[in-house]
Amino acid sequence: MCGIVGLFLKSKELRSELGSMFTPMLVEMTSRGPDSAGVAIYRDEHDGSNWKITTFSPDQYTDWIALADNIKFELGIELSVHSNNSHCVFVTDSEPSAVVEAIERNNPEMQVMSVGKLVEIYKETGLPTEVATRFKIDQMAGTHAVGHTRMATESAVTTAGSHPYSTGHDVCLVHNGSLSNHNRLRENLVKSAGIKFRTENDTEVAAAFISDRLANDYNLHEALTDCISELDGFYTFVAGSADGFAVLRDPIACKPAVLAESDSYVAFGSEYRALTTLPDIEHASVWEPEPAVVYSWSLN
Amino acid sequence: MNNLIKNRVILGLDELSLREVNATLQVNIEETDDAYFQIRNPKGAHALACGLTSPMLVEIDGHAGYYCAGMNQRARLIVNGNVGQGVAENMMSGSVRVKGNASQSAGATMHGGLLVIDGNAAARCGISLKGGDIVVKGNVGHMSMFMAQTGRLVVIGDAGQALGDSIYEARIYVRGKVDSLGADCVEKDMLEKHYDELRQLLGQAECSEFNVHEFRRYGSARKLYNFKAENISAY
Repeated sequence: MCGIVGLFLKSKELRSELGSMFTPMLVEMTSRGPDSAGVAIYRDEHDGSNWKITTFSPDQYTDWIALADNIKFELGIELSVHSNNSHCVFVTDSEPSAVVEAIERNNPEMQVMSVGKLVEIYKETGLPTEVATRFKIDQMAGTHAVGHTRMATESAVTTAGSHPYSTGHDVCLVHNGSLSNHNRLRENLVKSAGIKFRTENDTEVAAAFISDRLANDYNLHEALTDCISELDGFYTFVAGSADGFAVLRDPIACKPAVLAESDSYVAFGSEYRALTTLPDIEHASVWEPEPAVVYSWSLN
Repeated sequence: MNNLIKNRVILGLDELSLREVNATLQVNIEETDDAYFQIRNPKGAHALACGLTSPMLVEIDGHAGYYCAGMNQRARLIVNGNVGQGVAENMMSGSVRVKGNASQSAGATMHGGLLVIDGNAAARCGISLKGGDIVVKGNVGHMSMFMAQTGRLVVIGDAGQALGDSIYEARIYVRGKVDSLGADCVEKDMLEKHYDELRQLLGQAECSEFNVHEFRRYGSARKLYNFKAENISAY
């Protein structure tokens, strides 16, 4: 099972509505995944030229400001703090990898969810409506968002096991299905690209695969095209990059998917009912994506 | 039609639960009653208008979810929109017309009746068909008519990979191109009786504008399943 939703806004006028349009889509997919939920949202809330490092702490009393002060002192950099429930977005104009390294070294219980200039990833265990409410997703503006409601099969019900996954700057991936060659792929990616994996989850491997291709100057469309020949298993993917949004289903098309496109947005849902609250959906073009065909959209 | 409009009952899924709508439709009605139900705001609901047993016209205004019109008997359904997986699954009789596209497994395990899809049908259309007829005006996806036993599929557009894999005695007519044929499915000659049959099917589906001579016929090579044509008298 598992539910996926995605919303990519073509119209600038709708950007302030991204969160409020997106949240009912996520909540409608509760019956496909009530264990946990996650959202990757692309927004330039903290000045699109700076780096954002979204971090999760399992300790609800985490002192984010003290943590940032330590890193600022240690690295001699500027770092602003924007906490949001169990997550915090650290914003800096310095190289983000040193910040990530410092966070993880000093706080092994914490987890860096995403690094990028635009993306922020929030995920938690619990019903999708509770997760969306905790992070006030409905109040967020932005250009695109992808979300996932999870019914765990391959790994435990934990925040770390929730989607979306990110392994590269501004890249996110949500996945419905299961991959069968993820162990070998993980090995190859560790050896060839030195990618560091945080979980045992198969989706993280797919995200890393896509990140690796993007790092080698593929665009999102080309990176997903490579998935068709390299990944084995069942998957429906929705991937986001700084300016792109893409969808791919495996050649057998085991997992459900519906796409809708209007003049002002592109929307994805595991089922059509996730899309029914979108404006003017009655007049949008609605179709089932073909197996092994990459669909992609770009802001530029 | 005047009588129909007079008898029209509007059921809105914004006001009634799915269970209430289905229970209202699952009533015993006589043919002479000219029952006509219009369903509004389906919003992709699953299992809508399933298990109907009486002659009635049901019109769904909007997109429906999975298993729409499943197990239908005698009712006539029109969907003014798309449908999810398994539309008209296990239909016994009656008819279902989808004005938009259908997701995968359209008409799965149908025993009778007529399913018409004006748009495209995704993968596995007519899987395990046990009777009845499916007419798709657009394309069908891969593995369509997998293990279909009897009944007929007409595809006015193209067919995806592995058409008719492990097919038994069902017949397939395709006007466009076929990506590939599945195991034990072969192209067969179009005889006069097949043109007649196809003409009749297209007529029933209100698609008589298409020329039957543009279609090719596909069926079982009868080498895979445990049935020998010479033993047919024993069955």
